[in-house]
Amino acid sequence: MDIDAISSVVLAILAGAIRVGTPFLFVSLGECLTEKAGRINLGLEGVLVISAMSSFGVSYLSGSAWAGVLAGAGSGALLALLHGLASSLRRVNDIAMGVAIMMLGIGLAFYLGKPLIQPQAPTLGSWSLGFWSDSPQLRSALEINALFPLGVALAFLMSWAFANTRWGLLVRMVGDSSDAARALGTSVTLVRTLATTAGGAIAGLGGASLSLYYPGSWNEGLSSGQGLIAVALVIFARWRPVACLGAALLFGGAGALGPALQSVGITGYYYLFNAVPYALTLLILVLTCSPHRVLRGAPAELGVGR
Amino acid sequence: MNSITEAWEALLLPLLAIVGALILFGLFVALAGYNALEVWMLLFMGAFGDAFSLQNTLLRAAPLMLTALCMALPARAGLTVIGGEGALLVGALACASVPYLWQPPSGWFGLAFLLAASAAAGAAWIALAGYLRQYRGVNETISSLLLSYVAVNVFKHLVEGPLRDPSSLNKPSTLALDDSWLMGSIGTYDVHWGLVWGIGACVAASIWLSRTTHGFATRVVGGNAKAAGLVGLPAHKLVIMACCLGGAAAGLAGGIEIAAVHRAANASVIAGLGYTGILVSFAARHHPLAIIPIAILLGGFAAAGSMLQRRLGLPDASVQVLLGFVFVLILTAEAARGRLGWQDMRAWWSPSAQPLAGRA
Repeated sequence: MDIDAISSVVLAILAGAIRVGTPFLFVSLGECLTEKAGRINLGLEGVLVISAMSSFGVSYLSGSAWAGVLAGAGSGALLALLHGLASSLRRVNDIAMGVAIMMLGIGLAFYLGKPLIQPQAPTLGSWSLGFWSDSPQLRSALEINALFPLGVALAFLMSWAFANTRWGLLVRMVGDSSDAARALGTSVTLVRTLATTAGGAIAGLGGASLSLYYPGSWNEGLSSGQGLIAVALVIFARWRPVACLGAALLFGGAGALGPALQSVGITGYYYLFNAVPYALTLLILVLTCSPHRVLRGAPAELGVGR
Repeated sequence: MNSITEAWEALLLPLLAIVGALILFGLFVALAGYNALEVWMLLFMGAFGDAFSLQNTLLRAAPLMLTALCMALPARAGLTVIGGEGALLVGALACASVPYLWQPPSGWFGLAFLLAASAAAGAAWIALAGYLRQYRGVNETISSLLLSYVAVNVFKHLVEGPLRDPSSLNKPSTLALDDSWLMGSIGTYDVHWGLVWGIGACVAASIWLSRTTHGFATRVVGGNAKAAGLVGLPAHKLVIMACCLGGAAAGLAGGIEIAAVHRAANASVIAGLGYTGILVSFAARHHPLAIIPIAILLGGFAAAGSMLQRRLGLPDASVQVLLGFVFVLILTAEAARGRLGWQDMRAWWSPSAQPLAGRA
């Protein structure tokens, strides 16, 4: 492999980190908000798929990609609201409910999205941040999805809000000690349901970026488990929104590795490279977890930090 | 609460949830302009209407019984393992790839060997999640999920790469199993022996849990790990053993899918059977015997799906929507447990002037 091939692979990975990482960013921020309030939503996979379908559908019908983005956030919020409400009931297991919501969301999206597989919908534009460069590869690497800056801003906003706003503190209190929250007269159920719903809306933006930017179409193989991986990403990021940004970029880059190598003629390991992010997460969990202490940064009411 | 009430609820709640899901599904398709009555009729006919449908239903129920055990057995030991899909795939892979390494003898002995390899692979896969949880403190739900995704990609890599049969052009597959290793049908029926394995495994699991000391110890660990530690039970060993047994069941399901249905490992094996198994297990409240009828019911829905598609032109995802409704409602129904006692029922039928005291 010569130097040109290496540089093109590196550029492709950088570009892929942002392109593939954008949905990861939104689902992990959504999951982060949900988990901060003390619940796990595995249903974000369903949220991602149904929001990808509905944003594509609305974009196709209305002709406006941004209307599609709104629809994605809205449908994601609705499905997550169902998870939030159902998990608020006594004895309802939030992990199992997450799997249920995942199946329901994927089923609904495939059912309703059947007529949307063929058509082309208006997609989101991109920002060309590589105008200063002569290299066409660098230019294409710096074509930034218009949703990505929004995600970056959201990550910093959430980080600030968790530390400084009344709502941020409420969410964290509910996630760390429901007893304390009840003692202060806060409704744990209400805060958790709202956090889950808002998390679904954020994850819905990730679905919109899947169907309206990259790959930019709707089909049944659109999501490859990004919504489920969000749970692992958030643990990896230690429940810090800004770290979610880094984790999403890392996973996006890892996800772009297979296609990037394929483009320079290294084929045959495509699926193994796809497995890398999952194996990596597991490895990180094995290295950082211990049966004798809880994970640093884990909301105390959450089951996973055990 | 007495045991009659408990049994009554265990039966009534899932039943109500399934009826509710059917009603919701009827409304859902009615919104799209289909005749809900016709859809319900076809669901029933497609699942249990004639001998052909019934055999189809049983065929689809068989792997669900085994993958449900992969959720149920670790659950009785206190773990939430949702990686049955991964165990099924490594089981299928083991079954299809053993002949590449070593040619087992032909006939039933070879089949037994292949199935043993499948079960062992599945057992190791889920035992890893159990081991990581017990000794490294890694949450088993997350790790088993991650392992599933690793399994899917390794499966695709091997099937489309090193293990690919060069003559499988359109659909990459491994080499087909020798005819003598294939799992045949039961008598003259169109149902393969996998059903017997599924039912047998559920019955055996039930006997293990309720009639043996080892099973009892496992349930104690699942009920209260601290108490189990105080009476000196080897919690780590018991939990990992439960994971092994669950994983072996799911791995066996994968092996049977190869030996009885597909003949070779290919993408058709990745059909979400592991995830549906989670649903079956929750609906059965992780009770092995209850898994059998629920797997048959859900297998029936899956079998009826193709009928809905053929007769009414409903999208093939409609069954997934129905299963989604069923799952959400079954889990939600858990909240009503303990509120559907005989007393409450009587209070409904004959309203009395007594105030409902003590409700907070």
